[in-house]
Amino acid sequence: MIDVLYFAWVRERIGVAREAVDTHAATAGELVAELAARDARYGAAFADTSALRVALDHKLSNFDTPLAGVREVAFFPPMTGG
Amino acid sequence: MRLSVQQTAFDPAAELAAFSVAQSTVGAEVSFTGRVRDDTGTLVALEIEHYPGMTEAAISAIMAEAVTRWQLAECLVIHRHGRLATGEAIMMVATAARHRAEAFAAAEYLMDYLKSRAPFWKREITDTGSTWVEAKATDEDALTRW
Repeated sequence: MIDVLYFAWVRERIGVAREAVDTHAATAGELVAELAARDARYGAAFADTSALRVALDHKLSNFDTPLAGVREVAFFPPMTGG
Repeated sequence: MRLSVQQTAFDPAAELAAFSVAQSTVGAEVSFTGRVRDDTGTLVALEIEHYPGMTEAAISAIMAEAVTRWQLAECLVIHRHGRLATGEAIMMVATAARHRAEAFAAAEYLMDYLKSRAPFWKREITDTGSTWVEAKATDEDALTRW
């Protein structure tokens, strides 16, 4: 099990802020493919991964980064701090 | 080094006064305050969402890099989340160094990285609805100069 968090419009499209996901995905990208196939809400949220960022255990990462040992994955749009 | 990610309002002048510690090796202090702006006159509020845990980790790493790179004597970042009204202070940074070039550069570095590497997302609430503020390509480009 892995904790998956969603922020900003990703959270709005999916309709939940966090959930525990049972997955064998090897990378963040594989996890995206699994989630996107669930239903239309997930499909809409993950339609364009170039518009998304991913963090693994609080560290900004790439979609091809391995998930081995990772406890928390977060998906969100490009950040707008400052 | 002090970092505060908070929902409550803060007074930039009071924060700067507390930040300014007379040290024989500090010749320069720079501070920046970002405020909620309303370009169209329709803004009701700005809502800032963040990622608790990652926010603190990401900003701490950015601050540590600035301290090392510009040999800062002191460094402060305050960033709010939640609902803010026009004119309210969103965030501030302050840096203290031997010379102004280091203090200015470090403050700009902190601002550039806070914009696109600290997990905050802004949403503008207007009379007619709400929209997520989109990141600008220029914000990402700003990082390449460092």
